[in-house]
Amino acid sequence: MKLTNDPPANPRSRSRSYALVSVLIPLIALLLFVTASAQKKNSCVECHSTMDGALSEPVRLSRGDVHDARGLSCVDCHRGDATKDDMAAAMDRRKGFIGKPRPAEIPALCGRCHSNAGFMKTFNPGLRVDQEREYATSVHGTLLKGGDSKVATCISCHGNHGVRAINDPLSKVYALNVAETCGSCHGNADYMRSYNIPNNQFEKYKTSVHAKALYEKQDLSAPTCNDCHGNHGAAPPGLSSVANVCGQCHVRQATLFQSNPHKTVFGLMRAGECVQCHSNHGIVPPSDEMLGVGEKSACTQCHGKGDSGYAAAERMRDKIDQMSASIIRATEILNRAERAGMEVSKPRFELNEAKDVLTQGRVLVHTFSPDELEKIVAPGLEVANKSYSAGGAALAELSFRRKGLAGSLVFILFLAGLIYLKVRELERRGVDPRTQQ
Amino acid sequence: MKSESNHEADARAGECANCPNNKPPQAEYETQGRRKFLNYLLGTGFGATAIAIFYPILKFITPPRVIEAAQNSVSAGKVSELALNSGKIFKFGNKPGILIRSATGELKAFSAVCTHLDCIVQYQPEKKQIWCACHNGQYNLSGQNVGGPPPRPLEEYVVNTRGEEIVVSKA
Amino acid sequence: MKTENITLWLDDRLGLSAIAHLARKKEIPIHRHSIWYYFGGMTLFLFSVQVGTGILLLLYYRPSAETAFESVQFIVTEVQFGWLIRSVHSWSANLMIATLFIHMFSVYFMRSYRRPREVTWLSGVLLLLLAVGFGFSGYLLPWNKLAFFATKVGTEIAGVVPVVGRPMLRFLRGGEDVTGATLTRFFGFHVAVLPAITTLIIGIHLALVQKHGMSVPASLEGKDLKKMKFIPGFFLRDLIGWVLAIGVLAALAAIFPWELGEKADAFASAPTGIRPEWYFLFMFQTLKLIPAKVLSFDGEVLGILAFTVGGLLLFIVPFLDDPAKPRRRTLFTVIGVIVVLYIVVLTIVGYVG
Repeated sequence: MKLTNDPPANPRSRSRSYALVSVLIPLIALLLFVTASAQKKNSCVECHSTMDGALSEPVRLSRGDVHDARGLSCVDCHRGDATKDDMAAAMDRRKGFIGKPRPAEIPALCGRCHSNAGFMKTFNPGLRVDQEREYATSVHGTLLKGGDSKVATCISCHGNHGVRAINDPLSKVYALNVAETCGSCHGNADYMRSYNIPNNQFEKYKTSVHAKALYEKQDLSAPTCNDCHGNHGAAPPGLSSVANVCGQCHVRQATLFQSNPHKTVFGLMRAGECVQCHSNHGIVPPSDEMLGVGEKSACTQCHGKGDSGYAAAERMRDKIDQMSASIIRATEILNRAERAGMEVSKPRFELNEAKDVLTQGRVLVHTFSPDELEKIVAPGLEVANKSYSAGGAALAELSFRRKGLAGSLVFILFLAGLIYLKVRELERRGVDPRTQQ
Repeated sequence: MKSESNHEADARAGECANCPNNKPPQAEYETQGRRKFLNYLLGTGFGATAIAIFYPILKFITPPRVIEAAQNSVSAGKVSELALNSGKIFKFGNKPGILIRSATGELKAFSAVCTHLDCIVQYQPEKKQIWCACHNGQYNLSGQNVGGPPPRPLEEYVVNTRGEEIVVSKA
Repeated sequence: MKTENITLWLDDRLGLSAIAHLARKKEIPIHRHSIWYYFGGMTLFLFSVQVGTGILLLLYYRPSAETAFESVQFIVTEVQFGWLIRSVHSWSANLMIATLFIHMFSVYFMRSYRRPREVTWLSGVLLLLLAVGFGFSGYLLPWNKLAFFATKVGTEIAGVVPVVGRPMLRFLRGGEDVTGATLTRFFGFHVAVLPAITTLIIGIHLALVQKHGMSVPASLEGKDLKKMKFIPGFFLRDLIGWVLAIGVLAALAAIFPWELGEKADAFASAPTGIRPEWYFLFMFQTLKLIPAKVLSFDGEVLGILAFTVGGLLLFIVPFLDDPAKPRRRTLFTVIGVIVVLYIVVLTIVGYVG
């Protein structure tokens, strides 16, 4: 490899290198020009980035923005002219510039793109394009149309400048963040004062089993506000459609309830189906106490002593208690046997079937029929009792072994004693330790 | 244990120089009897202990009813007992498994523990899919989670047939 | 009579009468410390219990990571009296090592390693090492969580020794980590390698004991002591002890059955409070007490080296001690007492702390 800069000795190669350079330099210049112009001039960013506080916030937030990442910028929403440095020329309202939009204008502003199927297809064909229409059916949308500017609009939940995709953990509407976002208004007593609805939903939700699954176990399939209320068409489910909503996941319970006379009665009473017994936001794992006629019972909210419902509730609770008790009994004895050293994995496994029956039984409560419950509880009790007997057999075997041991110890001690006697006898006989004989 | 006197030693030997007619004294017979009794007891004692030791050993080396410890491979029933397009739960080690005979006769086996919250899944013949009743989780016949909350597929096991017997083992 | 004919026949072919003659001649001196003479025979008896129960367990045990735990579970649940054989095997191992320690320390304090019994002592220390090796290798075989981690920690400690440590660790583990390969290897050690070597060394040990006879404490040497014939007197007394030992083992097996635990999981974290078997505990505890760094040396390495040196000193004790010098005698006795106390105290601390 030649490292020196000696000019080519050959005149022909000299002219060749001149030709090459004269083509390359303009080409490179053109390239630079093109790339420079591709980073379009954006006077909005240039000015606003130098400002303080809220005025420079949009620039800062745009860094993680999903629109910005797709090549969209300020003028795509706000219109105006980003090539002009002059403020009046860049933000000319006569030329269509939208400054800070009013709340009532926002759905249409976002919908300009997001309701345009053809346009959205070029970015993400899978995205829905009916958010604006859905929003119009929601409580928020309806109130907004009526002139209320306090209600949530697109930017209240999605943000205005730092908008992130919904599966981005930093997004305000990521599954783990939804409840907090809704709660930022709905949990604010002062803000919600004029609306006459409770504002403890977020607080109560945080105590619920769904929140526990979502936040502690990070189970993203657990429901948060939008799973029951919808996101854009947000509204509470109708009183007689609650079971449908809960039934998205709790299929069996919902189906059983809906084919039950209780559904009609609840409808007539204007009672909220599942919510009537299980509450809506602060849903805790149901306990057997909710069934039956005790203090914490849900049944006695309507049923009084003497009516058939009361009797049915009592019977159902009784069966569930029986089943539960038989499992506890069996588990206890198996634990005892295991602690004592016996191997009981098979009866333990078989007990799982009984535990399954108990789970099923608690679901079948939603038939509100003690006979239905009896159908599975009876064989379930048999299974639990079988495991219990196996545990008993293990303990009996243990006791048998100890008795066997006691017996053989008697033999052994007896033998040891005999040998000792023999030794003494031999030595008394004159098998003198000192002598040969 | 003091030594016997010479007199007794002689008596034992069957001689008695100082005795009236060279016969051993009465006491000697008793000692003889006691000794024989002790020996007899000792023999019985040893015999009984020997039996107490060898009986368990004999029982130990006799093959038990269940021949093998097979936990990585389990017999899950007979082919003829499982109808087409049906499933059943069986014990695989300490956990439940689900054995499915598809509508085309193919045998498949999976762990029956739902990957969402550990409920036991079941086979739905109408939909030809595996379903979890707790929160409506759905799996297809490859064990993949295709609906509902379950985050992962069901672990699949290997199924073989030994004649009529279905043998399921870990993959 | 019949038995006499058979005896004559056997004697003609096997020369049994010579052995019988020797056995009849063997005598045991009786003195204040004669009680300690029983412990060697007791160790031997417990070892034969191990061999017997071990062979029986071999009929059902499967030495691979996938099947070992299940096979032990099978023995304990499905095989008739399997629980008994397995628990006896585990308990007898511990009792054997206990009696072995007592035997060794009694020999030490009575100075029975004096001339001409030095080689007997050497073979004895080797037997101690082999017994501990049996214990360590056997402990892993059920492949439960406790055993897995005990083995991991134990081999890790072996690996800390400078120069030879890592090759030793790889040799023991059959690789870098404790895996099924370790299990198979330990099984091989436990049922073939160690028994073969032990048989040889026991043979030497016993032959030497017969050759030199029972030693007496130096203060009693030369005195005219009462002697008891080995057959039948001492042997029958031995037998009483062995019969009682059977009783103790049966009781332990039935009242305190040996635990099965949970199957080992290489990826699970160590259960809290793991510790090795009691005969390793004092060393383990010592290592825990040594600060991480002593001067500029790694504390653990120093600890292990110290124990290795201690072991070597134990080995050559007959050549270090000089019975003729009373000061030396006292020194060795004092050292011995300190060592025993140290072991006892640290073992207790290991359990309680």
